[in-house]
Amino acid sequence: SVEEPLDLIRLSLDERVYVKCKGERELRGKLHAFDPHLNLVLGDVEETVTTIELEEETEEEIVTSSKRNMEMLFVRGDAVILISPPIRTG
Amino acid sequence: NTTAEFARIAMLFYSFFKTLVGKEIAVELKNDVSMTGTLHSVDQYLNVKLNGARVVDEERYPQLACIKGCFIRGSAIRYIQISKKEVQTELLQDACRKENSAVRK
Repeated sequence: SVEEPLDLIRLSLDERVYVKCKGERELRGKLHAFDPHLNLVLGDVEETVTTIELEEETEEEIVTSSKRNMEMLFVRGDAVILISPPIRTG
Repeated sequence: NTTAEFARIAMLFYSFFKTLVGKEIAVELKNDVSMTGTLHSVDQYLNVKLNGARVVDEERYPQLACIKGCFIRGSAIRYIQISKKEVQTELLQDACRKENSAVRK
């Protein structure tokens, strides 16, 4: 039964999840394990890092994102902000 | 039983890393430095000792180029990359489910 927030994460074991991390980082991968610290093991992961640069002269915001794929990843829980079923983009 | 109590008891990832001793891993730190090496040992805090350590971007961090072994504080780690073949995902998921219910009792 679902009693506390960690139970919601337990429902996502073996499913693909979306993880928002500190430092404008996002991960999408298959959840294989988690603990109360929100340490995670994710499989077939895609990391997206988003950076916003401020163009000096025009004061324009330049948003860039870079992606990286990793086959198996341990994620330390202290950087995790949220975990959710995959967010559909676009 | 509070969540803090559960966090203290949870040993899942300590046990997980013990199964990876002797394997090649890549440790990415929160300051963006990445080191690859063989996992020599791990402790309850997920501090990590690496043998045969090599820094990934040697040109950017020349002061780390001659490091052979290192101790990394667990709290400094962002990610640890592992080879998929070293992980038995069904066993890991089962252990995760079991620990989740065991930690409640």
